[in-house]
Amino acid sequence: MNKKKTYRFSGGVHPPEEKLTRSLPIEEMPPPKKAYIPLSQHIGAPSSPVVEPGDKVNIGTRLSDPGGFVSAPVFSSISGKVVEIVDHPHTLGRSMPTVVIEAEGTDEWDKSIKPRTDYEALSPDEIKSIIQNAGIVGMGGATFPTHVKLSPPKEKPINAFIINGAECEPYLTADHRVMLEMPEKVVSGAMLIGKVLGVKKIYVGIENNKMDAVEAMRDVVKEDNVEIVPLKVRYPQGAEKQLIKTILNRDVPSGGLPMDVGVVVQNVGTAVAVHDAVALGRPLVERITTVTGPGIKNPKNLKIRIGTPISEVIDYCGGLSEDVGKVILGGPMMGLAQYDLSVSVIKGTSGILILTDEMLDTTAQGPCLRCGNCVTVCPMGLTPLMFGRYTELGMFNEAERNNVMDCIECGCCAYECPSHIPLVHYAKYAKAEIQAARRKRA
Amino acid sequence: MTESGAGYIITTSPHIHTADSIPRVMYSVVIALIPAVIVSVLFFGKAAIVIYCLSIVSCLACEAIAQKIMGRPITVTDGSILVTAILFAMNIPPSSPWWLVVLGSVIAVVLGKQIYGGLGYNPFNPVLVARILLLISFPVQMTSWIKPAPLFSGADLVSVATPLGEVKTELMLKGAIDLSRYNYLDFTTGFMGGSMGEMSVLALLLGAAFLLYRKYITWHIPAGFIGTVFVMTGIFWLVDPTRYANPIFHVLAGGLVLGAFFMATDMVTSPVYPRGKIIFGIGCGVITVVIRLFGGYPEGVAFSILLMNAATPIIDRYTVPKKFGYIKIDEAKAG
Ligand code: SF4
Ligand code: SF4
Repeated sequence: MNKKKTYRFSGGVHPPEEKLTRSLPIEEMPPPKKAYIPLSQHIGAPSSPVVEPGDKVNIGTRLSDPGGFVSAPVFSSISGKVVEIVDHPHTLGRSMPTVVIEAEGTDEWDKSIKPRTDYEALSPDEIKSIIQNAGIVGMGGATFPTHVKLSPPKEKPINAFIINGAECEPYLTADHRVMLEMPEKVVSGAMLIGKVLGVKKIYVGIENNKMDAVEAMRDVVKEDNVEIVPLKVRYPQGAEKQLIKTILNRDVPSGGLPMDVGVVVQNVGTAVAVHDAVALGRPLVERITTVTGPGIKNPKNLKIRIGTPISEVIDYCGGLSEDVGKVILGGPMMGLAQYDLSVSVIKGTSGILILTDEMLDTTAQGPCLRCGNCVTVCPMGLTPLMFGRYTELGMFNEAERNNVMDCIECGCCAYECPSHIPLVHYAKYAKAEIQAARRKRA
Repeated sequence: MTESGAGYIITTSPHIHTADSIPRVMYSVVIALIPAVIVSVLFFGKAAIVIYCLSIVSCLACEAIAQKIMGRPITVTDGSILVTAILFAMNIPPSSPWWLVVLGSVIAVVLGKQIYGGLGYNPFNPVLVARILLLISFPVQMTSWIKPAPLFSGADLVSVATPLGEVKTELMLKGAIDLSRYNYLDFTTGFMGGSMGEMSVLALLLGAAFLLYRKYITWHIPAGFIGTVFVMTGIFWLVDPTRYANPIFHVLAGGLVLGAFFMATDMVTSPVYPRGKIIFGIGCGVITVVIRLFGGYPEGVAFSILLMNAATPIIDRYTVPKKFGYIKIDEAKAG
């Protein structure tokens, strides 16, 4: 196999990798007694329920219909009875409509779910509608409905497809284990997506701190249109725009999407979900998640049913240590800190990270020294000190002029700022204000 | 089951941070200055120790009092004021009377820094504000240089002119210069008249190397600054070596190395972006050469940096780096 030349994106940081769970095989966690399945587990309109309290459901029984094109249905992840549909705490920080299902004895799949023996003969459109009906969304954390990404407008032809196996966030190892333990599924899912897109070339980008995954993936690739590309370790290598830059040397224009340069990117876990949906007929009801960090007794890579409360996952991993400081869903650079552990694992939960008290950054924010670190490390070439300052002063127009809308919230700037200025907080805040102002104008 | 609603700490991402902090940056600069401090103490003995101590005590006190009066948090331990104190001591003659040192500290801390809002908000380098104001108000005390009298040598402190001053006077009186009496090794090790921080180029470079290695300064400003001085004085020297000193003399004499690596690179008052830093360095170089060759003062480093400090906001405005996704790639769809 020939070696692909890779390119360089500017900026980036190299935090300690801390992949505590890298050599722990994926373990299957037993189904929860009660599953809390939010109707919104994706970016886009919430789905609308099609079940009522009292209904009997099995694994894979459809619970909702999508609320529009950019939406995805949700499915039961256990066998049991729908007890209620209520507002329940959600990982995004507010309560959202959630279907609560109580387990009842058997743990079996819905009868309608059957494997397909002839799936290689399916047409691209058939595969796409299977993906849409299986409720698959981007599983790297972005949770954008997958079928939408696979439906680019005609004027934006796609000629390259990238599977994102970079997994550049410290601590997380779910994608790593998936590539090691089920490389066939990843490749099969990738080939199916490739067929939908009609692309000739498929790249799999993997950071070179996972050379065993690179080897495992290479071993199962027979087709020479699939290329495994080892990448230098540099956060945020797994961000779409940076990945496209490194592998294809194409710059996604500001405000644009990968499809503007003819590329679609999908996460490793998403490829597996596509395989399972097409070959096994299974909708998305479980995912691989890394439970890790110094604040948890037994770190693990787990296969978890969607809807399992975080608190149960934590208990299954031996519980929290005494000095817990923060519970984060996702990685340390981009994850969301949680207040309430009754939130449940959703389609985009790539990791549950528990940091101890002493790991929390308690340094008080200081004045900007104009050291320029934030500018040097910003992979989007932005000037965080400027939009940080303007946001602090409430000057959102100026923040917008300093391109805060292009911020991908990777956290490199705040990670490096010697004054510990919460630049990502300012970016999020400014973006929300600017969007609100735009809506008002419209 | 683990209790819910436990109320863990919520802050935005990222949830981890480098070990970097303001004190770490500032104490690194202090460490970088140590070799030059040692050299100045070796050459000026007790006089140097007294000035360093006086400067540190009065700067720290000034900062604490000013912050107290202005109702700001007292941050004298963050290291930034220690850097100011050491650099200020290095910028004045070792023979300075005690009141000059105290007055300078007040100027640096209050007029240079605190009235603008404290660390991070001052447009001008506080040390240079103090140096220039003192130079204008007390020209006699600020230019009475003494010859190095190595520690414990017992020698008396003798007033001398700095090499740059000597050359300037010579040119005015005789219309020609003579550099034969200078031994360049003295510049690099410290045997010449001048302020404490201008003593040893070698010691300064050692500290600068440390800061470059730690990435607290970048090469852009020093290279632009020293490079410009070298090239410009080189051109004049080639045209008329009897009137203009050679470029090596200009680089080694006076406060150029101290200024280029430790004063012009002050992050608060210099441009943020790499291209701007180069412009800043070149600007400092041009102004320094013009003052040294044609101005009324023998030395122009301090003036040049202050003038360029004033230009920093404009430079920043026009040197914002190109951001990602603004280069159009035509063959984007070529594949
Ligand atoms: S400004 Fe945004 S894109 Fe740039 S480093 Fe900070 S978080 Fe990342
Ligand atoms: S990293 Fe922090 S201190 Fe440095 S320029 Fe950026 S915002 Fe200012």
